[in-house]
Amino acid sequence: MNEEAITLTPQQLIRKRAAGEPVEAGAAPDIEQHIINVLLENSMGALIRVVNMFSARGFNLDSVTVGVTEDPTVSRLCIVTRGSVRVISQILRQLNRLVDTIEVDDLTGTDFVERELCIIKVRCRGEKRADVLQVNEIFRGRVVDVTPDILALEIVGPTKKVDAFVNLMKPHGIDEVARSGRVAMQRAPQPEDGGSD
Amino acid sequence: MSSASTAAALAEPQPRLRGRAAVQQHIGKRMSGAEIFLRALEAEDARVVFGHPGGAVIHVYDEMARVKPNFKHVLVRHEQGGTHAAEGYAKATGEVGTVLVTSGPGATNTVTGIADAFMDSVPIVVFTGQVPLPLIGNDAFQETDTLGVTRSITKHNYLVRAPEDIPRIVHEAYHLARTGRPGPVVVDLPKDVLMSEGVFGYDEAIRMRGYSVPHECDEMRLRRAVRMIEAAQRPLLYVGGGAINANACEALTELARHLNVPVTTSLHGLGAFPENDPLSLGMLGMHGTWWANQAVQHADLIIAVGARFDDRVTGMVDRWAPHAAIIHIEIDKSCISKNIYADLAFNADAKAVLEALRPLVRARKVKRWHNKIQGWRDECPLSYADDGELRPQFVLERLRAKSGGDAVVVTDVGQNQMWAAQYMKYTQPRSHITSGGLGTMGFSLPAALGAGLGLRAYGIDKTVISINGDGGFMMNAQELAVAAAHGVPLKVVIMNNNFLGMVRQWQELFHENRFSHTDLTDTNPDFVQLARASRCAAFRAERTDQVDGVIEKAWAVNDRPAVMEFRVVKEEMVFPMVPAGKSSDEMITSKHAPETFV
Repeated sequence: MNEEAITLTPQQLIRKRAAGEPVEAGAAPDIEQHIINVLLENSMGALIRVVNMFSARGFNLDSVTVGVTEDPTVSRLCIVTRGSVRVISQILRQLNRLVDTIEVDDLTGTDFVERELCIIKVRCRGEKRADVLQVNEIFRGRVVDVTPDILALEIVGPTKKVDAFVNLMKPHGIDEVARSGRVAMQRAPQPEDGGSD
Repeated sequence: MSSASTAAALAEPQPRLRGRAAVQQHIGKRMSGAEIFLRALEAEDARVVFGHPGGAVIHVYDEMARVKPNFKHVLVRHEQGGTHAAEGYAKATGEVGTVLVTSGPGATNTVTGIADAFMDSVPIVVFTGQVPLPLIGNDAFQETDTLGVTRSITKHNYLVRAPEDIPRIVHEAYHLARTGRPGPVVVDLPKDVLMSEGVFGYDEAIRMRGYSVPHECDEMRLRRAVRMIEAAQRPLLYVGGGAINANACEALTELARHLNVPVTTSLHGLGAFPENDPLSLGMLGMHGTWWANQAVQHADLIIAVGARFDDRVTGMVDRWAPHAAIIHIEIDKSCISKNIYADLAFNADAKAVLEALRPLVRARKVKRWHNKIQGWRDECPLSYADDGELRPQFVLERLRAKSGGDAVVVTDVGQNQMWAAQYMKYTQPRSHITSGGLGTMGFSLPAALGAGLGLRAYGIDKTVISINGDGGFMMNAQELAVAAAHGVPLKVVIMNNNFLGMVRQWQELFHENRFSHTDLTDTNPDFVQLARASRCAAFRAERTDQVDGVIEKAWAVNDRPAVMEFRVVKEEMVFPMVPAGKSSDEMITSKHAPETFV
């Protein structure tokens, strides 16, 4: 360990900073969550290749959503992952390296819209039901199924909003939760002069 | 047919066509999927196919007998041997190697070779039979999920679903294997697709929107590289196998000589730069030369060409080349800044970058740097005991003297491999073939077979030397009979120390001499008898004064393999050495032995 304390050469400092690693010996690098969109050949085995790459290389995979795009031969993946600067850059490059990937975009740090859909069954009756419906109103949720004991609610929004809603429902007794995972899309750039109309 | 007449019949390679022109007369015709497949191979100019038949591909073999395609099929005796042979073919010729096997065990037996080709960027295409499409997923006889099994060890893989798709998929497979960073591609061929009929069509164009070969080599990058090179006091070129894959060796040699910059190579870079040039420092890394590793640790600029900063090169990454800025020329973007941050990267073809750089950059006077390196050279040259015992290094030096550096040397894995890297002194690209990344014992013999057949198919007259330890030789010894059947005059060297030598070395250095399961004295066969039983010539040397005689006798055999068993001392170790996970500063040599390791 005392050898680690040897002062780093300027070149070693450059390398550490570029990799987002702390200069102090023993300190762990910062871990960041990233949202990555991938346009993928909509063909057999393409999705599994992406997922397999994450597991084969030991990368973290928080969520994956996939769906076909306006072009039926292309699907869009939205991947949520975590890692240091160095790991995220490896993930992007390994994604690009796959033959089936057409485009890889790291949305993190750009201006993008993200949404997640959640269907939640809450066990409630009587007065409690009014409370639940009120919170649902505040979150602009929709009631999708009702029985005397159960309210099924649908909520759409950024993941943080969905998290908050699920947390608020916990005291009422959650029966089931189904979450879609995130989808995200970069916003179109705003015209500089505020637009012609 | 005797093996000699087989050799004569194959000696004259005919001019051959590739692409559409090669299959023009078949286009538009109706034929079986199996014949479509054979025609597609003709279009790719696959000259040798290493294969083994079985139920799922029996129709391909049937059509092979009927239509007699223009490639040579070599029946290997184990599918793993087939994949290594295809690797040897590819590495010796620079062309794509081809393997054809059946489903299930045929496919799984290729896995080691595919993984090997993936790690070492070797262009091979492996065609595996598969059960009929309707049976897939039913646990049918000889069914394996080949796509699933090979997914993480291939550049790409395909399942063919219709006979008409075969030409396109075969064309894409060869294109993927050959271009960019080369690598293995698997094509899974269900039996019903091979049996059903379709119209043969052929399109030269490749339409793969997700795949392109990068070329990041703009003016700005070049100008920056020039500034970095011209500012460097202690520059060093670090060259890997990518330089050979890119056919960049001439450009590299020219640039190195123009700049007067010393060159060290990785294991796979051996041969990219002539080792008899005064600028050559030999190999770096775990068993590299003392002076190459010292040069790395003191360099202020490292220009890495087609190399991936493997852990066998860098040892402890944090301490590697602590003063050097890095220029990284590399076709695979995922290798850039993966292990060592690149201050400047060219994600492009190495040859193009080196050629673009050459006229822009002026040589610097780096006499002091050369003097310093010379000091390290003098301080700790490669050496071994000269006490009359038969040592592998001596044998290699005699082999080097006999072959004059004009041979293709195919090594196995372990001590024999490292000594061959240190002592054979490579001067030409594609003259050194080895399993580096995966470290596959049993690689050498089948790879040498493939190299020999590949060179023959391309009309190149070169001796192929296969260097083995006694352990690795046994892992694919069955291919000896195949080499004999095809009259390939391999010079097969077995450095027999009756031990798994490299493991033994670690056991002696790091595990207090507990030689756990590495002593082969009582289990090794009589190699001379084994070789003769496989229809090969065989000779044995037990003393140093017998070495030249054995080599002469082996070189006199030209119609079949000649096996040379050298009974070498078992205690010999490969030095210098950077222990695994240590820094390149901490080499064990005859003079530098950090007390922590000995």
